[in-house]
Amino acid sequence: MCAQPAPEESAEGRVVLDARDITRALTRISHEILERNRGAGDLVLLGIPSRGVPLAQRIAERMAAVEGFDVPVGSLDVTMYRDDLRMKPARALLPTQIPAGGIDGKVVVLVDDVLFSGRTIRAALDALNDIGRPKAVRLAVLVDRGHRELPIRADFVGKNLPTSLVERVKVTLAGVDETDAVTIQGVGA
Amino acid sequence: MKRHLLSAADLSRDDAELVLTTADEMRSLADRPIKKLPALRGRTVVNLFFEDSTRTRISFEAAAKRLSADVINFSAKGSSLSKGESLKDTALTLEAMGADAVVVRHGSSGAPHLLAHSGWVRSSVVNAGDGTHEHPTQALLDAFTMWKHLGESKPGGLEGRKVAIVGDVLHSRVARSNALLLQTLGAEVTLVAPPTLLPVGIEGWPVETSYDLDSVLPKADAVMMLRVQRERMHGGFFPTAREYSRRYGLDGKRMATLQDHTIVMHPGPMVRGMEITADVADSDRSVIVEQVTNGVAVRMAVLYLLLGGSEPAVGGEE
Repeated sequence: MCAQPAPEESAEGRVVLDARDITRALTRISHEILERNRGAGDLVLLGIPSRGVPLAQRIAERMAAVEGFDVPVGSLDVTMYRDDLRMKPARALLPTQIPAGGIDGKVVVLVDDVLFSGRTIRAALDALNDIGRPKAVRLAVLVDRGHRELPIRADFVGKNLPTSLVERVKVTLAGVDETDAVTIQGVGA
Repeated sequence: MKRHLLSAADLSRDDAELVLTTADEMRSLADRPIKKLPALRGRTVVNLFFEDSTRTRISFEAAAKRLSADVINFSAKGSSLSKGESLKDTALTLEAMGADAVVVRHGSSGAPHLLAHSGWVRSSVVNAGDGTHEHPTQALLDAFTMWKHLGESKPGGLEGRKVAIVGDVLHSRVARSNALLLQTLGAEVTLVAPPTLLPVGIEGWPVETSYDLDSVLPKADAVMMLRVQRERMHGGFFPTAREYSRRYGLDGKRMATLQDHTIVMHPGPMVRGMEITADVADSDRSVIVEQVTNGVAVRMAVLYLLLGGSEPAVGGEE
């Protein structure tokens, strides 16, 4: 933590994690998952679109480097399972790709960028229910910003980030966006 | 506010591509153990069919059920419609039952428009074929099938693709909707038919026309054969069925002149031996059965985009 550069203030908000911080956090999460699971056997990583998917892929790359074989990675769109579906205009669906081996009897690790109200994860658990019966479901997030509205917690967290409700946490990832960064925007930032 | 799907022309390019990408996600549902999504739970979809139809009705029914909607089927035979009830009174009945969407098939062109714009119902209206006018969901499923085969399932994938629509264009709502939608998606459409089976005013359509099938086939990326709709014909449109099928039917010899990647389509029901021979219909190029599968996915996408949120994401103006 002492190597972390001083937070920069800009119109884009305050950077709380830069590219190197994100890399370190993902490496740690990958090892924690492997440690908890005693290896990569039975693991399936499912990213929640859009930012969860590249995160899941990066975690899988690190696991492959450590364990020497490829962990199945997929994506799980939760749009149709959201509890606020009826409150907004119909939204475009994002890709759902379940790895060929399915999820029955596997340890599914859901991967998302920010954990906030917990409603996305609730929707994801409902979506999993229609796809199969995993042995266990774990949750890995890059940032936990608090303010849970449901009894849900993450098993693996990149960074706990205390925030106020008026602030916005923005995650950008190379591949989807230009650079890797986590920024806080809004009043009091 | 957009809330109906009455004409393929209601869809902008963005709308149409949103339907295609959404349908692509819906299609993957068919591979899952539980083929159901919760998006339309508690919504009611009424299938109002004044004209006989099997595949369109069951396709809409399957689509609505897979999205967890409640489905009420209402067909002309054996209902109050056969007792002389007017469209207005039927509509008021549906409104009183609380329908969220009405899927309507009618023998008269424009009936869905009347239903949508009369103020009789508040629900979304989806045109499932009206007279010889339009059949927008058929056009969407045809476009989806082409997009999967020829467009690499990417936005803009049908740009510049050449589509030949062959046969009874005059009586075909499928041809009209396809011409409008494919033009929106950037494809080039050529209608091939005898002069008697091309509608008056065809010059105003965004298409090429030809009377000579053999000159069109080698350039086409997709060939869509249309059924000769004898039930709508009152007069001599061509001398004999044999002559029609010799000049405008797709047989094995004509199929051999197609490019390697060209697909053969038919909206169904087909009359084997008339517009298409059995060996063509059953060949590797034929995607006719796949069109039916895709129909469910496309109709799921349409129902989801119209009913899934607080307001529709696609469709025509109020």
